[in-house]
Amino acid sequence: MVAIADSVPKPAARFRFILDRRDVLGSLMVGPAILYVLLLVGVPFLMAVYYSLSAYTIYDPSWSFVGLDNFEDVVADPVFRQTLYNTFIFTFGSQLLGLILGKFGALVLLRPFPGRKLVRALVILPWAVPIALATVAWQWMFDSLYSVINWTLIALGVVTRSDAPNWLGTPHLAMLSVIVVNAWRFFPFAIVIFLAGITAIPQDVLDAATVDGAGFWRRNYQIIMPMILPIVAVGLIFGIVFTFTDLSIVFLMTMGGPVGATSVLGFSGFQTGIVSGDVSHGAAISLFMLPVLFVVVVAMLRFIRRREI
Amino acid sequence: MAAVVTRDIVKKFGEVPAVNGISLNVPNGEFMVLLGPSGCGKTTFLRIICGLEQQTSGDLLIGGNVVNDIPPRARGVAMMFQSYGLYPHFTVRHNIAFPLKTQGAPGAEISKKVEWASQLLGIGHLLDRRPRQLSGGERQRVALARALVREPTALLLDEPLSNLDAKLRTSARQEIRQFQQRVGVTTIYVTHDQVEAMGMGDRIAVIDRGQVRQVGTPSEIYNDPADRFVATFVGAPPMNIVARNGGYLGFRPENFLPKDMVKDAAFTEFKFRVDRSEYLGSERIVYGTLEGFDAKDVVTAKLPPAHVAEEWIRPGEWHPFAVRDAALRHFDNDGKRTSRH
Repeated sequence: MVAIADSVPKPAARFRFILDRRDVLGSLMVGPAILYVLLLVGVPFLMAVYYSLSAYTIYDPSWSFVGLDNFEDVVADPVFRQTLYNTFIFTFGSQLLGLILGKFGALVLLRPFPGRKLVRALVILPWAVPIALATVAWQWMFDSLYSVINWTLIALGVVTRSDAPNWLGTPHLAMLSVIVVNAWRFFPFAIVIFLAGITAIPQDVLDAATVDGAGFWRRNYQIIMPMILPIVAVGLIFGIVFTFTDLSIVFLMTMGGPVGATSVLGFSGFQTGIVSGDVSHGAAISLFMLPVLFVVVVAMLRFIRRREI
Repeated sequence: MAAVVTRDIVKKFGEVPAVNGISLNVPNGEFMVLLGPSGCGKTTFLRIICGLEQQTSGDLLIGGNVVNDIPPRARGVAMMFQSYGLYPHFTVRHNIAFPLKTQGAPGAEISKKVEWASQLLGIGHLLDRRPRQLSGGERQRVALARALVREPTALLLDEPLSNLDAKLRTSARQEIRQFQQRVGVTTIYVTHDQVEAMGMGDRIAVIDRGQVRQVGTPSEIYNDPADRFVATFVGAPPMNIVARNGGYLGFRPENFLPKDMVKDAAFTEFKFRVDRSEYLGSERIVYGTLEGFDAKDVVTAKLPPAHVAEEWIRPGEWHPFAVRDAALRHFDNDGKRTSRH
C-alpha cells in the first residue's frame, strides 16, 4: 500500500494551514482597508482637530494652542452662519428633488416600453459624467447672456428678454441652480436605489394589494414606500453625506456667490483654510460638518433598524 | 357571494394562448377546483377572474354582471396567493384590516370584522405580530383571514397549500374546506395536486393546455374520465391505457387484479408478465406488461392488503389477471371516451 498523504502534518508544517483559520484570514483581509482608513482618514482628521485648536496659518506655522477660540470666531461670524444655513438648504433641497425625480424615474422605467434599455443606460449618464464637465455645461445653460433656459422661456412667451432671470446672479436663483444641478447629478443614483427596492418586492404582495382594493396611490404610499424605506434611507445617507461635504458644484458654478448666497461648508473651509491660508479657521469650519453628519447618520441607522422587516 | 361564470375566455401572451377558451359555471357557494399540470393556464385563468390580467377575449360574469372592464378593487373578489402575499411591514391586525380600509369602512366595523375573522381562524393571539414572526401555517391562516374579512363575492385560492409541509397540508385542507362551508362563499381553488382536488372540491375542472378537459364531481372525474388526459392525470398510479383495435382500453390499477380475486361474472382476462413490484405498506404496486399488447404499454396493478405480504408475485413470472367489464373504459384513437369499440 502506498501512503498518499501524511495523516498527521509534520511539526515543521505548523503554519501550513494558518490561512484556514477564520480569525487569521479575516484579519489579513481586512487589514489593508483598516490601515488605509487610519492613514488617509484618521490621521488627517486628528490633524484637523489639532489645527482647529491652534493658531496655525501658512504665514505663521506655529502650533500654539488657543483652545476653542477659532470656533468662537467662526460662530460669531454672520457669513459663516449663512454658510451653515446654505449647506442645509443645498443638501436637503437637492436630496428631496433627487428623490422625487428618482421615484418617478423608477416608476417610468419599471414599465416596459420600446427603447427602455437604452433609456436606462442613458439615465445613468449624469452620474457617470465627470462633474467638472457637466457643471461647465450647466454654467452655460444658466449664463446671464447665453442661457438656453431663458431662450426657451422667452420663445414660449413666459418671460420677456428684459426681465429674463439672471440665474447665477440672483441669490435665491443661484441657490436654486446649484440645487438643480446637484439633484440632476444625484437622481440616477436615486433611480437605481428605487428600482432595486421596488423590484425586490414580491409580486404576490403587490397583487394582493391590488385585489384587496388598493389603487395606484395607496399601493405606492402604503405598500411600496414602507417596504423600500430601509434601502431608500441607506441611499439617502449616502446622498446627504456626499452633498453635505461637497464643494465641487458650488466651486465650479458660482464660487459661493453672489455675495455668499451659495457658499457651503466645504467651499468655505477650502477658501479660508487653503486659499487664504488660515488653516486653523478653515479646519474649524470644516469640523462643523462632523456633529451634523454624525447626528444624521445615527438617526437614520436607528430609524432603519426600527423599520427593518 | 355570487356565482362566477366565464364564457369562452381566451388569454394570449403574444401569440401563445395561455388560456384557450374556458367556459365555466361556478354556482353560488360552490367549491370548484381547477386541476391541471404546471403551465396549463389555471393560474392565469384565476388572475383573469380577479382582474390582475385582462382576457384577450371572452366574458366574465360575477353575480350576473359582466365585469370585463371593472378593475380588481371593484370586483369584490378576494384572492389568496401561493406565497400568501402578506404585507411584511404591517402587523397581522393591520394585514387583515387592509382590505376593509381600502373600502373606507368605519373604524368600529373594521375592528369588529377583524375580530370575527381572527376568531374564525383561531389567530386572535397573533394580531400584534408581524408576518415574519409567524410559522408557515399561521401565515396561511392570516392570508385566509385577510381574504375572508370583507366577505368577498368569490374567494380565489392559488395553490395555497404548496408552501406547507406534508403533515400540515392535510389538516389545512380540512380547515379550508370547513371555513368554506361555514362561510358559504363561492370558491375557486387552483392546484396541481389531485389529492387536494379530490378531497376538497364539490366539483373539479381538469385543465390542460388552456382548455377544460372535463368538469365534474370527484367521482365522475375519477370513474368516468372524459378522455385519456383526465384518465392518466387523475389517480396514483394513473389509469392503465393499452392500445387495442385502433382505440385504447383503460382500467384503474386497483381494478386490475389476480383472476381469482375478481368476483363479477363479466370480466376480461389478461396474461400479466410481472417486471417489478413495490411494497408500500398498505398496498403493493406491481409493474408489468400484458400478453398480446404492445410491450411499451406498461401496466400497473395495485394489490389490496390481503396480497401485500405475499411474495407469490415475482419478476419474470406470468400470472392470470382480470378486470371487471364494468371497470373497463374505452377511448377512441383521439383519446376521447367512447362507450365501446
